[in-house]
Amino acid sequence: MNPYQRSWFVRLATILVYFFLYAPIVILILFAFNASRTNITFQGFIPYGERLVMEGSLVRASPCGPFHWFCELAKNREVTHAARNTLSIAFTSTLISTIIGTMAALALQRYEFRLKTFSQISLYIPIVIPEIVMGIGILVLFTQLFSLLNSLLGLSGDARLGLGLGTVTASHIAFSIPFVTLVVQARLHGFDKSYEEAAMDLGANEWVTFWRVTFPMILPGVLSGALLAFTLSLDDFVITFFTTGPGATTLPIYVYGLLRRIITPQVNALSALWVSVVFLAVLAIQRLENRQV
Amino acid sequence: MLRTLRENRPLQGFLLILPTLVFMVGLLIIPLMLTLVVSFGRRSPDGGVIFTFSLENYLRLLGYERNCPSGEAVCFNPLYLQILWRSITLAFNTTVLVIVLAYPLAYYIARAPARWRTALLFMVLVPMWTNFVIRVYAWMMILRKEGVINLALGWVAHQLGIPFQPLEMLYTPGAVLVGMVYEFLPFMILPIYTSLEKIDLSMYEAAADLGANPWRTFLRVTLPLSMPGVVAGTILVFVPVMGTFVVSDLLGGRQVVLVGNLIQRQFLDARDAPFGSAASLVLMVMTLIVTYFYTRKFGFGEEIIAA
Amino acid sequence: MSEFAVELRNVVKRFITPEGHEMVAVDHVNLQIRHGEFFSLLGPSGCGKTTSLRMIAGFELPSEGEVLIDGQPQGKKPPYMRPVNTVFQNYALFQHMTVFENVAFGLEMEKVPKEEIRRRVGEALEMVKLSGMERRRPRQLSGGQQQRVALARALVKRPKVLLLDEPLGALDLKLRKEMQLELKALQKEVGITFIFVTHDQEEALTMSDRIAVMNQGKVLQIGSPMEIYERPNNRFVADFIGETNFVEGEVRSMEGEWAQIYIPAWGRELSGRAGPGLQVGQKAWLSIRPEKIRLLDEPRVNESIQGRILDVSYVGADTRLFLEVSGVRLKVWEQNRLSSLEATHFYRAGDAVYLALFRENVLILRRE
Repeated sequence: MNPYQRSWFVRLATILVYFFLYAPIVILILFAFNASRTNITFQGFIPYGERLVMEGSLVRASPCGPFHWFCELAKNREVTHAARNTLSIAFTSTLISTIIGTMAALALQRYEFRLKTFSQISLYIPIVIPEIVMGIGILVLFTQLFSLLNSLLGLSGDARLGLGLGTVTASHIAFSIPFVTLVVQARLHGFDKSYEEAAMDLGANEWVTFWRVTFPMILPGVLSGALLAFTLSLDDFVITFFTTGPGATTLPIYVYGLLRRIITPQVNALSALWVSVVFLAVLAIQRLENRQV
Repeated sequence: MLRTLRENRPLQGFLLILPTLVFMVGLLIIPLMLTLVVSFGRRSPDGGVIFTFSLENYLRLLGYERNCPSGEAVCFNPLYLQILWRSITLAFNTTVLVIVLAYPLAYYIARAPARWRTALLFMVLVPMWTNFVIRVYAWMMILRKEGVINLALGWVAHQLGIPFQPLEMLYTPGAVLVGMVYEFLPFMILPIYTSLEKIDLSMYEAAADLGANPWRTFLRVTLPLSMPGVVAGTILVFVPVMGTFVVSDLLGGRQVVLVGNLIQRQFLDARDAPFGSAASLVLMVMTLIVTYFYTRKFGFGEEIIAA
Repeated sequence: MSEFAVELRNVVKRFITPEGHEMVAVDHVNLQIRHGEFFSLLGPSGCGKTTSLRMIAGFELPSEGEVLIDGQPQGKKPPYMRPVNTVFQNYALFQHMTVFENVAFGLEMEKVPKEEIRRRVGEALEMVKLSGMERRRPRQLSGGQQQRVALARALVKRPKVLLLDEPLGALDLKLRKEMQLELKALQKEVGITFIFVTHDQEEALTMSDRIAVMNQGKVLQIGSPMEIYERPNNRFVADFIGETNFVEGEVRSMEGEWAQIYIPAWGRELSGRAGPGLQVGQKAWLSIRPEKIRLLDEPRVNESIQGRILDVSYVGADTRLFLEVSGVRLKVWEQNRLSSLEATHFYRAGDAVYLALFRENVLILRRE
């Protein structure tokens, strides 16, 4: 490292920007332990107690102690339901988009076929257009499709087809595929075709070559693609917002709805949990990537 | 059958890409085309779509107004043009601010010793992956009337014995700008970092060797060589800022209406899908034009993947 | 003008390795490089030659000692304040600039007027035979052409000293040979002091006026190519430059520049030129170059020694024999003066031969 490359200006700016990034998160987490129910000023931590003791808007004691709001969160039916939806959507869409995206990456990196350019362009579109455009498009498609089907099949009442978990999951798969493909393609690009050629030279067919040679080598890429898809799905707000229906509320949608009305420490508790999950997920991704080197 | 498949590599490739094509065509291409078709239609009284071919929705965006207060048949209403312009200026300001904040940080990380780099990047990724809505909420807590900033200012004023009136920061254009910068800052740091990190140390040495002091080295060598990162970051920031409605909704209240809010309200409150579709397509075309000219001028590559 | 173009006085450079150990990359190096000289720093990788060069350029600062350029102590001066320029190993051409812009960059930094820049860049490119390539990008050039751009970019500044860090390493063998001669001619033409870092001994011998051989951070010997080859100071230099046979022995007596060495394996004494620091009674190496051993068919001279051929390989210019002489293996190169097809006799594995080690060809070196 040369002495003339890091000035005090860059150091100072770096510290300030990190502060800017983290101060809101720290405040968010701190207020998850607030004794005040209105959550306006920080009124100290909540002590342990046999029973819940309230005094006006202050919590004087709770069986969960400082983690009072986390316990409340766990008891909140709407939250647990939204959490279950979020996770089931994330797991399903990750599984499917990882498989499909990996196949696409293989096709684009190792094969020549018709519609290749078209496929590549269509995979780039979700990255360069605003999410809301895709969300609106899917909403328009589903409303038109469902109203057509409902009238064709003569469905009425509860039997009518509508937006719900299925439409959200399908949309998540659609926007995750390009990202999985990009990550796996980068990994495939990194290693030489000659490994596969060697396997085939030694008598392995495409199927065996893939499972015995290619897949083990791209596995870290597939896993980080899957983690990326999972985080994208957990995190998504815009597309979910337009494709969700009754009973298919996810956590971001629930929080958004809440924020337009009230502010409670429960949201902070949820945020604190969320940050911890992200922390662990990012740690896992970095570990994976380091192993790739 | 199996034999033909084994000998037909183009077919194998096509079968591998087929599921992707199904999703991309079904949930991207067809929806976009349908949006186009709907945008030429008219709203039916029950909130459905009457399919016709009329350019009325686009004319309305350009200021052509049917329900004139003065009773005329047609008049000029700049409301939607103002919204579009507001979105563009906000996206532009956000991008510039984000570049200014992201660059020194990316530079610092890129020049840090290798063993620190992973940790420093980690610290960028955690806020980036923390939920979008939650991050807006953090700023609500900071900016509201009883928020952290006003509390701190009030305490200082109290200590100094000055009368203090809490500042109105939430539900202002400034709050939306801060929120946008906060939301999208990491998406600029990563691509700039990637492009800076790729610059060989010998480039800096060569510049110094040829007589350039650190500042001129930065202007003539570092900055131009990191442009691909800045370009990729700009796209990753500019495009979503143009389309976001959450930040303006929660931090701007009803004060700051952007294209995103306009589209969202057409679909959920006004139930005017044709007009919303037209606005959505205009938004898409605007971002594609910006992206196209921007990338054609500078070109961008793998930096965009980094984020 | 001071006496030396570049002087290193007791220069030490320490690094902390990533594991936290201290490493001495350059260990009390003293160098005095004259004006207009083609000077090479030669040694294996990691010997400290590149670090020494980087301290002259100002990319690294010495931990101890002093670097002087044209008599001026450089202290902590940054690279852009030093009157030297570097040709980098990977050329370090700016990819975002054209050839012209690359070469003009250094002059712009000096705020040279536009007109003069155009003229001088033109001259520099002409000098390296790249006229007409001004508008190309570095990526569009071959390795050899990139190399020339790097040269022009450094020379256009008219530095007091030009530093070259293994600039030919990335070129293929044939191009490298061409560039060696061209570089040498160029240096004579411009008259600028060149300091050339290389690990290729043949390259250093071909081009240099003087060579400093380095190993493990220390300068082992400085001298002309002939001195380095014919009179190596120690075993490392003798071994690193060219090929040498070493035989263990003990110094028996010394007289002027000559010494007698006893070889236990052969049970006899031999005579040779005494290397530096030799003392009677000390263990020593008898060293002799393979091409300087004379082979005889029969024991003509008193001093001839009998050996047996283990292996013969014909390599065109000469025939390389591997001999065994009473438990010691020796390499001998016989020049093929006659066409081997017409030669009257051939060496075959298993044959007995006699060899003569004339004392003018034998060096006796200290054993450390």
